[in-house]
Amino acid sequence: MSSALDELYQEVILDHNRRPRNFRTIEEGRHAEGYNPLCGDRLTVYLRIQGDRIQDASFQGSGCAISKASASLMTDIVKGKTIAEAEALFERFHRLITRSVEDPVDDLGKLSVFAGVRQYPARVKCASLAWHTLRAATDARNEVVSTE
Amino acid sequence: MTSIPLTRTELDVRSVREDFPILRALAHGKPLIYLDNAATTQKPQVVLDRLVRYYTHENANVHRGVHLLSERATDAYEEARKTAARFLHAAETQEIIFVRGTTEAINLVAQTYGRVHVGAGDEVVITVMEHHSNIVPWQMLCDERGARLRIVPMTDEGALRIDSYEALLGDRTRIVAVTHVSNALGTVNPIRRIVEIAHARGIPVLVDGAQAVAHTAVDVQALDCDFYTFSGHKVFGPTGIGVLYGKAALLDAVPPYQGGGDMIRSVSFERTLYNVLPYKFEAGTPNIAGGVGLGAAIEYVEALGFDRIGAHERDLLAYGTRALEGIPGLRLTGTAGDKGGILSFVLDGVHPHDVGTILDREGVAIRTGHHCCQPLMARLGVPATSRASLALYNTRAEIDVLAGALAKVREVFV
Repeated sequence: MSSALDELYQEVILDHNRRPRNFRTIEEGRHAEGYNPLCGDRLTVYLRIQGDRIQDASFQGSGCAISKASASLMTDIVKGKTIAEAEALFERFHRLITRSVEDPVDDLGKLSVFAGVRQYPARVKCASLAWHTLRAATDARNEVVSTE
Repeated sequence: MTSIPLTRTELDVRSVREDFPILRALAHGKPLIYLDNAATTQKPQVVLDRLVRYYTHENANVHRGVHLLSERATDAYEEARKTAARFLHAAETQEIIFVRGTTEAINLVAQTYGRVHVGAGDEVVITVMEHHSNIVPWQMLCDERGARLRIVPMTDEGALRIDSYEALLGDRTRIVAVTHVSNALGTVNPIRRIVEIAHARGIPVLVDGAQAVAHTAVDVQALDCDFYTFSGHKVFGPTGIGVLYGKAALLDAVPPYQGGGDMIRSVSFERTLYNVLPYKFEAGTPNIAGGVGLGAAIEYVEALGFDRIGAHERDLLAYGTRALEGIPGLRLTGTAGDKGGILSFVLDGVHPHDVGTILDREGVAIRTGHHCCQPLMARLGVPATSRASLALYNTRAEIDVLAGALAKVREVFV
């Protein structure tokens, strides 16, 4: 396998794809649905929010390894964060997966495994779908967000 | 029995590949293996040269100027129309309308013939395996008119249920629209029979030929279809040009599609007289270079011959089917008896998008996703498939690389 592929399909990503964390619904919370028309990926992000803090996060749906792993890691990481903190994290995450190869890597902890996505512009939407959906869920907009 | 030397009927693929400069390219450092021909085909040098020659020596607007260049441009464009008419075996050249592509051709028919003939309570019959371009224009028409869209089902293998089709046709059916070859399954539909059944009830048939024309000879008079559509870029021609064939009597009897220059005979603020076929449907300056390039592409495939092309692609499809069936966890979607060069599949535990990315890094270009056939994906019960689609320049060796790359996909994921 080429090194760019190794970087994209890191073991952590493959593991979260095989065994997604927080792959469940949350009763009595908010949710939003995300849809990537390009590949048909569809996922729902569920949140339980108290005040401005995300107490619990989960997701359901189907998608490629990148979008599933991204949703899995995201739901782990945003738990306990405020909505503003989650939003700031999304912005840093988005920079991580869209920056040019020469730019320095921002250390995003576990989320840094997605740094390889930048070499695959067609896959940026896969990695960001869960985050767009999270944003819609925190806005409590009852609509399907699309990556298009 | 006398044996005929095979070389006389075999396609010389090595020399065909020389005709396509892009096939010498590398993708991610590997030889490009282009298996996305159902999306678009590559262009032979003769088509590229023809475009350059047109813009270098013939460029002007058509049907207007009295000057030399305008005559040359008009001659070249109208010559291409004759070539397209011969290609489809149309009875008359005026039955060939140049459009942007299959999508525009179907919209044209829905918005002209459809708006005249489809009213409240009427029905339009399409099939479950249609591309969005042969669904949405009819859906828009039905919504506008209060008409109903009826869907012909298929078997699990991907063959149309002709018995159900026949039963769907009724007093209110105004038109049948069906694909010649399915872009997502490869199924070749029995168009002659479909037309016969509809015509027995006085219903016209539109055939979406986008996936057929690069692979098989089409004779619209033998098929007896009323409309036939295709896109130039899927038959080795440029993008942005395509053909709508329609029987002259039907096209004559409906209003124009768009208004503008070229489609008129005379204009006053009180009244406009429309031009004759085919110009009535070609408002504005057309894609002249595209038409001329398409003519060159058609001449290219005609020179190779569909008997040779067909035999080569059938061999590749059989070889590819065997190769893919040997991969553990792989399931082909679309296994109808009559099938064109489409290898659509799902791989256990691996999303098609991931298959596509890994294959791309091996130099293998395939399509992954819903193939603009979301209702068909729903029927198959999958969100997406991976699809390798063949053309005349593909080889068995390329299929071997595809199979090897799929083995690598399994190494990563399984």
